[in-house]
Amino acid sequence: MGGECGVLVFAEQEDGRIHNVVYELLGKGRDLANKLGKSLCAVLLGHNLDEEAKELIYYGADIVYLFDHPSLKEFDVIKYKHNIVKLVNSVKPDIILVGATRIGRSLAPRVAAALRTGLTADCVDLDLDEEGNLIQIRPAFSGNIMAQIKTRTKPQMATVRYKMMRPLARDPSRKGEIVKVDAEIPEDTGIEILGKVDAGGINISEAEIIVAAGRGLKRPEDLRLLEELASLLGGVVGSSRPLVDAGWISREHQVGFSGNTVKPKVYFAFGISGSPQHLFGMRDSDIIIAVNKDPSAPIIGVSDYYVIGDLYEIIPTLIHDLKKVRSALTHDEE
Amino acid sequence: MNIIVLIKQVPEIEKVRFDYEKGRLDRSSAGAVTNPFDLNALEAAVQIRERVGGVVTAISMGPMQAIESLRDALARGADRAILLSDERFAGADTLATAYTLAAAIKRLGKFDLVICGEKTVDGDTAQVGPEVAEFLGIPHAAYVEEILDVEKGWIIVRARMERSYYLMRLRLPALITVTKDINNPRLPSLKDKLRAMRMPIPVWNYTDLSEIADPKYFGLNGSPTRVIKVYTPISEKRKGQMISGSPKEVSQRILQILRENKILA
Repeated sequence: MGGECGVLVFAEQEDGRIHNVVYELLGKGRDLANKLGKSLCAVLLGHNLDEEAKELIYYGADIVYLFDHPSLKEFDVIKYKHNIVKLVNSVKPDIILVGATRIGRSLAPRVAAALRTGLTADCVDLDLDEEGNLIQIRPAFSGNIMAQIKTRTKPQMATVRYKMMRPLARDPSRKGEIVKVDAEIPEDTGIEILGKVDAGGINISEAEIIVAAGRGLKRPEDLRLLEELASLLGGVVGSSRPLVDAGWISREHQVGFSGNTVKPKVYFAFGISGSPQHLFGMRDSDIIIAVNKDPSAPIIGVSDYYVIGDLYEIIPTLIHDLKKVRSALTHDEE
Repeated sequence: MNIIVLIKQVPEIEKVRFDYEKGRLDRSSAGAVTNPFDLNALEAAVQIRERVGGVVTAISMGPMQAIESLRDALARGADRAILLSDERFAGADTLATAYTLAAAIKRLGKFDLVICGEKTVDGDTAQVGPEVAEFLGIPHAAYVEEILDVEKGWIIVRARMERSYYLMRLRLPALITVTKDINNPRLPSLKDKLRAMRMPIPVWNYTDLSEIADPKYFGLNGSPTRVIKVYTPISEKRKGQMISGSPKEVSQRILQILRENKILA
């Protein structure tokens, strides 16, 4: 598939690591580009990223526009915008897709404003109408409704929520072209990055096991129970919004519309009633196990397994049993 | 220091209902409040003014009733407020909104810093701030969690990106969007509220802004995006299997499920 650029994906990287949302965008972008009969392009900005550029091809890109320059190593929104806008004006994609990450949400609006084009935030799905126009599907009203949005200008730009689309399987035999483009670095962007530190904490979107608590938790110190269970299972602690708003746990643990979207192998919901906003963030988990005192809690309806019971009885028993399993295993190894 | 704070009046998101026929929020179904993130933006502005002096100007675009949010901003410490209100501003998407706000900022003249909340709770796009910065041709930092220093011509901020904190120095004039972690907005006293009641709030309309911007980019006509359809998502129901019994039996069954799915050895 060559010729015109149908879809351009912004290949976000931090510290030389491509964000996983990019592979999801390439998966959907591949599908859209095929339907348009045009090519799927990616734009990658940074320094020493030859290997990463190849990865983008293995995951579906036909052409990777690589801007390699030491001063693009860190995300400077003005430098990135400047080079992307220049590229867009030359390759004229129909569609530009950006991950709805913090970097993406800071960059995409500037690109859209510079191009005087429309931008739809936080899409969960994308499709084409009969004329090949992009249909952008995004949640609205805290995830209670979905809206379909079209853009009258070109390029049609969208940011896309992480964990919503499926990447293609990595295929190192895929062929594509890496086009190295000379970066133009504006002399003084007015932004100086003085330092960058790892924020630490957890990355709940990547977790395979999430042990989450909601309003059923009585005291902030009881989060220790959740932490212990999570650590025995090799998972992380999640939370619904009320606990975050009450200051019991930090925002990076929040699952839901205004928090993180997660897709773990197992999602434990302890004392979470299951507001639409919370369900929006976890309903695609492989297995959902809910423990709630209230049999009418909405979480029950979306769970694979549920327990009508008290988390204060279930969690300590689970911890006890898991410790026994673990010590038996250690014993075997000896 | 001339600081501008962008404010939006939003429906009470926990209470508002959706009008499925019209495909939009039924704003009469709930009260209106100031977007919570904008209160953090205002507080940040007032704190800077308290340290280095200056003027805090609150700007909002919306129907006439949005004047209530501006009145609240005055009570919370803004020195002046301006409402952008005209039927021809209505129906604006983020691009047209940002264009109109940027036009108003240009009309005000000299400014050093624009502060916005990271997003609004009704639109939830987080796009207007960076779009305003682009229309003004100034640097911006999004998701600012701390303002470390404001000097003449510079501001130093700590912003949270995906996995890192960025310590950044921005040349002024600049725009920042702030998260809720930046501060705890103060509550206005009765005296402040009474003072704010007496302050004039000018309203700028289409004609006022057409002098400095191209009116074809205002409102619905200037908005490239269109909502074509809304619907309720069909939430996938799963066949919930009840696990009953004593805590011990429940625990053993959960371990069994974890084993069946190869989570546990």
